[in-house]
Amino acid sequence: MTSNLLEVRDLHTRYGRVEALSGVSLEVPAGHIVSVIGANGAGKTTLMNSVMGILPSTGELIYEGQPLRGIPLETRVARGISLVPERRDLFASMSVADNLTLGAYSRRQQKWRGDLDHVYERFSRLLERRKQLAGTLSGGEQQMLAIGRALMGKPRLLLLDEPSLGLAPLIVRDILRIVKQLQAEGVTVLLVEQNARASLAISDSGYVLETGEVKLSGPARELAQNPELTASYLGG
Amino acid sequence: MQIFDPTIFPILAADGLTNGAVYALLALALVLVFAVTRVIFIPQGEFVVFGTLTLATLQLGRTPGTLWLVLALLGIAALMEAFSLARNGQARRGLVTVGVAALLGVGTWAVTDWLAPLKAPLWVQVILTLGLVAPLGPLLYRVVYQPLQNATVLVLLIASVALHLVLTGLALVFFGPEGSRTPAFFEGNLTLGQVTLSWQSLLVIVASAALMLGLYLFFERTMPGKALRATAVNRLGARLVGISPSSAGMLTFTLAALIGALGGVLIGPSVAVTYDSGFLIGLKGFVGAIIGGLVSYPLAAAGAILVGLIESFASFSLSAWKEVIVFTLILPVLLWRSLTTRHIPEDEE
Amino acid sequence: MIPSQTVPKSSFRLGLSVAAVLIALSLPLLLPLFQVTLLTNILIFSIVVTGLVLLTGILGLTSFGQAAFMGVGAYTTAVLTAQMGWNPWLSLPVSLLVTGLIAWFLGLLTLRMQGHYLPLATIAWGISLFYVFGNTPALGGFTGLTDIPPISVFGLELTSPRNFAYLALICLGLVALGAQFLLSSRTGRAMRALRGGPLVAEAFGVSAFGLRVQVFILAALMAALAGWLYAHSQRFVNPTPFGLQAGIEYLFMAVVGGSQHVWGGVMGAGLITQIREQLRDILPGLLGQQGNFEVIVFGALVILVLQFARQGLWPLLERLLPQEGIRILPQREKLSQRARPAPGTPLLSVQHAVKQFGGLRAVGDVSFDLQAGEILGLIGPNGAGKSTMFNLITGVNPATSGQISFMGQDISRRSAGQIHRLGLSRTFQHVHLLPDLTLLENTMMGGYARGRAGIVRSLLHLERGEEAALQHEALRQLERVGLGAQAFTLAGNLALGQQRVLEIARALVADPTLLLLDEPAAGLRYGEKAELVALLRKLREEGITILLVEHDMDLVMGLVDRLVVMNYGEKLAEGSPQQVRDNADVREAYLGVDMEEEGAA
Repeated sequence: MTSNLLEVRDLHTRYGRVEALSGVSLEVPAGHIVSVIGANGAGKTTLMNSVMGILPSTGELIYEGQPLRGIPLETRVARGISLVPERRDLFASMSVADNLTLGAYSRRQQKWRGDLDHVYERFSRLLERRKQLAGTLSGGEQQMLAIGRALMGKPRLLLLDEPSLGLAPLIVRDILRIVKQLQAEGVTVLLVEQNARASLAISDSGYVLETGEVKLSGPARELAQNPELTASYLGG
Repeated sequence: MQIFDPTIFPILAADGLTNGAVYALLALALVLVFAVTRVIFIPQGEFVVFGTLTLATLQLGRTPGTLWLVLALLGIAALMEAFSLARNGQARRGLVTVGVAALLGVGTWAVTDWLAPLKAPLWVQVILTLGLVAPLGPLLYRVVYQPLQNATVLVLLIASVALHLVLTGLALVFFGPEGSRTPAFFEGNLTLGQVTLSWQSLLVIVASAALMLGLYLFFERTMPGKALRATAVNRLGARLVGISPSSAGMLTFTLAALIGALGGVLIGPSVAVTYDSGFLIGLKGFVGAIIGGLVSYPLAAAGAILVGLIESFASFSLSAWKEVIVFTLILPVLLWRSLTTRHIPEDEE
Repeated sequence: MIPSQTVPKSSFRLGLSVAAVLIALSLPLLLPLFQVTLLTNILIFSIVVTGLVLLTGILGLTSFGQAAFMGVGAYTTAVLTAQMGWNPWLSLPVSLLVTGLIAWFLGLLTLRMQGHYLPLATIAWGISLFYVFGNTPALGGFTGLTDIPPISVFGLELTSPRNFAYLALICLGLVALGAQFLLSSRTGRAMRALRGGPLVAEAFGVSAFGLRVQVFILAALMAALAGWLYAHSQRFVNPTPFGLQAGIEYLFMAVVGGSQHVWGGVMGAGLITQIREQLRDILPGLLGQQGNFEVIVFGALVILVLQFARQGLWPLLERLLPQEGIRILPQREKLSQRARPAPGTPLLSVQHAVKQFGGLRAVGDVSFDLQAGEILGLIGPNGAGKSTMFNLITGVNPATSGQISFMGQDISRRSAGQIHRLGLSRTFQHVHLLPDLTLLENTMMGGYARGRAGIVRSLLHLERGEEAALQHEALRQLERVGLGAQAFTLAGNLALGQQRVLEIARALVADPTLLLLDEPAAGLRYGEKAELVALLRKLREEGITILLVEHDMDLVMGLVDRLVVMNYGEKLAEGSPQQVRDNADVREAYLGVDMEEEGAA
């Protein structure tokens, strides 16, 4: 039996008086890739931001058996949770190398130099462009840099918010392949996607979010065949 | 024009350059503080005043009032920190914080009280001055700005103006209404052909340049420096790699206070500083900072040096109007800046 | 038709107001003479702060320079009356005119500045004007001008502080009443909408820059009036009360009292002035030396207020009072209506639209047409360029190349406001409402372009006929979208779904030919979506053409007549819902690439 790296129980998040998440529960077993899919406004990004601690929420968040309540975002990073946000939030006017170096900020020791080489091995494009400013990279390269920066923090739980956003299909394929590799290296991944078929293809399990609630859930393979999922995307 | 007289022009230029170098330091601090914390730090000039006047008080062998301000702020900051820790269920850490702050306070008090009457050598007094003024930065950040972290730039600006008034009022209480000068670090002049430059002016220019180089290396080469740049570029991105905005804010304000205090020590021998000089000194740094759009360090420094030169020439030919000239200059600069700053529409995908 | 029981009663508030006026009228007679002088100062300062409330609290433009405008007013009357022997009543209009002209000039120069540049500019001119007063020999330099004659009313010279207090009281009363009138008018709503940024205001036809200049001049005129009063009450002027520090104190008064409320400003002026008087007696004794130490307390007070009650103290007090009601005025006039184009006539045409952001091509060569009477859906995955396309049509951003025409006119280079006046009305993807105003007031904002009353008529409440027509039109539209029963609740109390519907009502008040909806279904629950679909169908039957940007395929498929699908900034497909559904490229774009063919990992 695998234990859960992250457990979300009855999570509620509000923007002012409007509730964006109303009672979401989900489990992310250690070593798995779990997908959360849903339309715009379903609450996917809100879910990621609540887990990360960017947004205040009520309900339980249990990571490695410990509650995350009251723990600020920066401490969650130090405890091994990394988020690659939808907007990537790179340091646009700093070099690729600086962006990656800063990824290791929460690890006080100097041992990150080896990890830097490792990221360059994984994304050779970043090595070529290490002196370039992050803001001048193409969309796909920026996404690689955002993932690379998150990996520099040696996360045990990686949160990926729509990594395919605005990218060409070939690049999306590359990025999802890398996510799969990371799983093989022992990183647990919570992946938010609109690109339902592709993300379920690499996932172990999945959840479909609609207007702040979990509508469907189950093993990824079953979910991908579920006619309701196709219906909610193409109205057919 | 009289100012182009070969005997007067070099003197005015040297004067302008010396003051401009100090304004440039302030401009850099202002750009840094704004970029990292979004605070338009009107009280930057007060650090200069506290620097000069603390040193002047030590020269007289008296305990400067700066000590009491540091101790009071330390106490308030420790209580605020302890209170917020206790609310998060970490009451014990809160108690430790108060204890450590008390020890620090007693230590600072003991050292100052022992050194002040000794009339120690100038360099010891300078170090003590920096040691008393620099902590004001992070303490003021914790007490005034950290609770306003999520406020708009305008609210932070109003808080800055309020803090400026508080510090000016306190400076009057601590140091009295008379202006003070501090002794020069070096006496004598350096003569290069027609141009005569005092060693003191040269020291100001060299020290400012060295400090700028130091800041450059700090931002380019060290992890804390990069972290500050990262916070300035993208706050959320910085938090996502584990840089807390509060610690970035504290570090930034420490640098700002240190730069201000050093500026005060450097300017002390050449300008009679009074309790209320800070505002005008700081604003001149501001004109420079705004020329750099509150973003660009080199433009800010260049702008500030330009302000120093304009002021120097204006004070010679139109002394009563020099402030009007310097501050009217800011209007076209502001206009140019706001027209060249592109604003992105808020509604996006 | 109007649910009259929902109009809150305000008789208690009226009673309180009458009591406040009576107390104010009796104060100059009852207080000791020293306190009367203080009261006069408070009244004069309140006039300056009322201007700041409009400028800073409502419109969001922070100014540290109001004292300088007060100084211009004071010095103008001082020169005219003391040196040239004018009657103060004749110098008043000149004071106002001179200050207004200076404000107009400074406004043109500085009001295009964004965000924090403006307050810095006000600091700069605050200092500069101070030195101008102090360094001009004709103005008496730093010692100032003396022998300013008193004001006389019907032959009575107002030399006694008690008499003068009544003049100040009347002036403040008129200014405050005007400010209140302004706030409850078309212009006032536009000012509030502008506070959050020009996006919404301009979408409904407000000229942001023009309105800013007008309010800026109005606030300066209020300061000038205060300056005129001050000069004739003190009977001499010097630069000190008009320096930057005074300008800072006026802003503090507004912040401490509550910068979004006229009475908050008055309260702040009273509090700060009183505190200063008290501290001037106590502090020097405590500190054993002379100086203006009260600034230490002011500064600390402002920081505490910002930390603990950012809206100021007045809202804390107002919470104890009953809600202020909105009076529904009897309708006398009708708003003009647009002629509807016949169904099937071309309405909107997009030809080869391109939008380039730096190196990024957000929209690349997209063309489509829209006929009157249809619902067209613009769909596509996230990042496909739909919102950019939306911004091109509504005039938020101009297209890099290509042509967009609406109602037969080229609108590629028109501003959002100009396009709106041609009959295009929109909603926003992220709801942009004023949560502290009622549904009615939010909806009325949509009719800005149908009204005419400017700032002067609003100040004097001469626009009540037009206001009534707007109120009734807004109530009708709320009724139409099914929110009629909640017209008097605050918009912030609505659920997200209802807020989106409220935005539609607001857009409808403009009497649009074309309605643009930006993701109206995002975040809606199932039942709410069904209601939205029903509403949009009803609107189509009533002759409104709709362009819908949407992500929710379910909703779109059952509703629209035609679809345009975008992907990577380009048009991927166009046709009926069935044609689009059967299109393989569209399926690919929506469900994404298939990993399994490749064998993932």
